[in-house]
Amino acid sequence: MKTRILTTPIQDEDLESLNIGDIIYLTGYLVTSRDDVHQRLIKQHKKLPVDLAGKAIFHAGPIMQEIEGQPGKYRVISIGPTTSMRMEKYEKDFIRQTGLKLIVGKGGMGQNTAAGCREYKAVHAVFPGGCAVLAANCVEEVERVEWLDLGMPEAMWVMRVKEFGPLIVSIDTKGNNLFENNKKAFNLKKDAIVEEICQHVDYLE
Amino acid sequence: MNTTGQREKFIDIMARFTVYTGKYLPDDVYAKLKELREKEDSALATIVYDAMFEDLKLANELDRPLCQDTGVIQYFVQVGTRFPLINQIEDCLIEAVKKATCLGPLRHNAVEVFDEKNTGNNVGKRIPWIDWEIVPDNDEATIYVYMAGGGCSLPGIAKVLMPLEGYEGVVKMVFDQITSYGINACPPLLVGIGIAGSVEVAAKLSKKALLRPIGSKNSNPRGAELEARIEAGLNALKIGPGGLTGENSVMGVHIEEAARHPATIAVGLSTGCWAHRRAVIKFNGDMDYEIISHKGAVL
Repeated sequence: MKTRILTTPIQDEDLESLNIGDIIYLTGYLVTSRDDVHQRLIKQHKKLPVDLAGKAIFHAGPIMQEIEGQPGKYRVISIGPTTSMRMEKYEKDFIRQTGLKLIVGKGGMGQNTAAGCREYKAVHAVFPGGCAVLAANCVEEVERVEWLDLGMPEAMWVMRVKEFGPLIVSIDTKGNNLFENNKKAFNLKKDAIVEEICQHVDYLE
Repeated sequence: MNTTGQREKFIDIMARFTVYTGKYLPDDVYAKLKELREKEDSALATIVYDAMFEDLKLANELDRPLCQDTGVIQYFVQVGTRFPLINQIEDCLIEAVKKATCLGPLRHNAVEVFDEKNTGNNVGKRIPWIDWEIVPDNDEATIYVYMAGGGCSLPGIAKVLMPLEGYEGVVKMVFDQITSYGINACPPLLVGIGIAGSVEVAAKLSKKALLRPIGSKNSNPRGAELEARIEAGLNALKIGPGGLTGENSVMGVHIEEAARHPATIAVGLSTGCWAHRRAVIKFNGDMDYEIISHKGAVL
């Protein structure tokens, strides 16, 4: 297990030696992109208002607060990761079209994303779920917001972050997938456990 | 105090209590997490537990919602028929949510169906969701606030089994769902299971099971035994914090049941994440209150 700081713009060679289970921290640009942003780019073919090439996206819907006396300027209150699997359907195309290099989220993603990470050299990493104030503390500035018409959780919040983490690499550029491996291990154990419990639940008369 | 004064006091307390719910875990959840953390020694599990407790500390110090997903607010109300504000509770809770949204601040989480617009104040059609239990000949009100993020609502499922699938079918459904979806829902989870005759009763009971304090047992000895077996079984999967493997998987398994139809076994499953934000407050007829879920809480 390695620990390393990645800085945007992230280069392919920054990622190639990373393996699943490694710990990384991010410095630079982190832009929230979740369900509706993926929908707008991939399904509705709308142009993204933020250039994501070499940057990191965050599957997250934050609590932001407008700073008093500074209309349009926000501070982040809480910003933990959301369930990455919801974006699985579009993520491979999203990586290809944007040139993003790091996806930060929660929980695993599937084969589609793993293929995208392998083909276009990107990494998926998880921030500990629910730890939203910890994450907010790593944000230096919310530079701007785009697509606020989608509402606070779904808008694109463009943030500068410093040593944002810990981030646990869950899909590496070789396409290895930590959560899929874990899921396989859990499922291997499952049948025997279920069978054992079922020997004690024949309550029907 | 006149009714208007009581009404204002009730709204104010419920707004502040709703905000409080998002910032502090209830005593039972905090204690259970501490217990589970001590059993972990792998690198990844330690990193995740350290992050969780650091987050709780920061949320306290900075007075902020500990998780950004402050949920679609749900209230489970047990109200006495003689509670002075019984006619106004719904209206008051709607006002309380609007106030709490600014005060918290809470995330804007109410999206109108079909219109697909976020209302921006956490109030929408039938939201906040209010569940009612009427207590005869009583002038008190006990209110549970429950704040579930989308992540821990995703594993939710309810279906109707044929009786010959038996309780085995219940066990299998729970394990299938937790291993495929539960791992992404911020474990260690609290697992709520409802067993009944139809799907909506089972689903509702599965959520009510999550309101029980951790460590409490089903009132039927077989139910309590099944809770313990499923808990031990899920823990043996070693899902660990964040699904990254570890010594345990769950904070507990709670089952609630209603008598079933002879031809059906309906089963519902709800899951609560580690940040299980469930808070309980009790009002008397003078609007004096006691916070039951968080000892020493100050609003």
